[in-house]
Amino acid sequence: MSSLQNPPLSSDAAGAETRGLRLVRILLPVVVLAVGIVLWELVVRLNDIPPYVLPGPGAVFTTLIHDWPELSRSLLTTLLTTLEGFVAASIGGVALALLFNQSKWLEYSLFPYAVILQVTPVIAIAPLLLIYLPQQTAVVVCAWIVGFFPVLSNTTLGLNSVDRNLNGLFQLYGASRMQKLRYLKLPSALPFILGGLRIAGGLSLIGAVVAEIAAGSAGAGSGLAYRIAESGYRLNIPRMFAALLLLSVAGIVIYGLLALASHLILRRWHESALGKEI
Amino acid sequence: MGGPAALSEKGSSARAGVAVSLRGVTKVYDSGVTALGPLDLEVRNGEFVSLLGPSGCGKSTALRLIAGLSASTSGTVGISSRDGQVRTGHSIGFVFQEPTLMPWTSVRENVRLPLKLAKMPPAESEARVHQALTHVGLSDFADAYPRELSGGMKMRVSLARALVTDPEILLMDEPFAALDEITRFRLNNDLLSLWRNLHKTIIFVTHSVFESVYLSERIIVMTSRPGRLSAEIRIDAPAARGEDFRTSAAYADYCRKVSNALAPSYAGQPGS
Repeated sequence: MSSLQNPPLSSDAAGAETRGLRLVRILLPVVVLAVGIVLWELVVRLNDIPPYVLPGPGAVFTTLIHDWPELSRSLLTTLLTTLEGFVAASIGGVALALLFNQSKWLEYSLFPYAVILQVTPVIAIAPLLLIYLPQQTAVVVCAWIVGFFPVLSNTTLGLNSVDRNLNGLFQLYGASRMQKLRYLKLPSALPFILGGLRIAGGLSLIGAVVAEIAAGSAGAGSGLAYRIAESGYRLNIPRMFAALLLLSVAGIVIYGLLALASHLILRRWHESALGKEI
Repeated sequence: MGGPAALSEKGSSARAGVAVSLRGVTKVYDSGVTALGPLDLEVRNGEFVSLLGPSGCGKSTALRLIAGLSASTSGTVGISSRDGQVRTGHSIGFVFQEPTLMPWTSVRENVRLPLKLAKMPPAESEARVHQALTHVGLSDFADAYPRELSGGMKMRVSLARALVTDPEILLMDEPFAALDEITRFRLNNDLLSLWRNLHKTIIFVTHSVFESVYLSERIIVMTSRPGRLSAEIRIDAPAARGEDFRTSAAYADYCRKVSNALAPSYAGQPGS
């Protein structure tokens, strides 16, 4: 009963192999990216394609630097909208799931509408919202609509997948409803909730962009999606690409941050986070 | 100390008093399957009783009924403590077939759980958690997480958690079934010494003849579907049992006797 905390003996060799594999997994996409950029530049130069049809990566990059003051302001606007939508989706999704978990009646009454909200394309809802709500609110609501369902459904799933024996144990020791929720259900559901948040982060960005595009003609918006639409009207194609690039990067960063947070929170106990520990 | 009226005829026993009594208890599931009974069972204070029977004979069901984890269809389940008062679940410790630990928190917090649910302040529970962990030999592993422990150690944590409320009755549902033999033997010995030192009433469910003979003072052999009492065998061996007992002729005799008593329970089952 003493040597049990040590990792298995073969972990050195296995570790080296895993490290090698991980390096390959990082390197390969980078190589693909580099090859893609070079090909893109070559195609543009060899065919003498004008920048208002297809700008080369160099032109996109130059535009990004040159228009940075304007683009960064737009990026900030979009990110703020995304963040507001995400926070609302997280709180709303978790809170609604908790309510559903406490009252079956509430769940039966409201869950179908949550599904309806989810399956109706947000791009179709956005114009209506823009009529009834102030523009900034409408955009946040769109981000919320898209983001909240994965949080709701994942949290519900998590709250319902509590270990049967642990449940019996809590019952045996006379746990109250609140104690059960706090000490058993929420920790059990945590990996599921974090998974839902990870999806919701990316979706909130999509919701924000969709709403901005829909609102674009209204003019007041200044988010990245609006920039894309505006640049399109002006045939400023390099700036469209630059804004698109920023959106992609924003999406990747959001996903990465949420994945990192999830890993840090779960690393001591959950299976999903264990493989990376070696 | 006015013990309950209904007592066994063995009045010579120093530890009089019934800890658990089942009368005509049955359990019928919603599907219509009769899982148990009718079953009559009486367990005295401080006794070590094993329920032995084939898988699915309702012995775990009986244990869950005693623990109050499920309700009987008919009959009465009585739990009384040493002072004659009838008390609820808090005087019962339960060890499940699996360790049933919360993976998201440390060994210490797992063991503390029953006290936390009883709203005992952490400062007060700390000493009791430490003592329970010491009983099972895991005081050095208080900060470890369950996944860092071996199967045997997880089971020890589970046992410590059952002991932390200092219950009078310990219910154990095939706790060592999933462990390797050496670990199981060691845990058997540790359980016996805990029982001797802490004077608990233990009801132990198992399907192992050898384990039941090694541990118990009394073995209740059960039939399957529905689970009924088919034989009762008393093991008259010294309480301080060790590896000597495991290799003794008396042990082998008891095992043969219990195996023979168990044989009819398996009759008619496929594969027997």
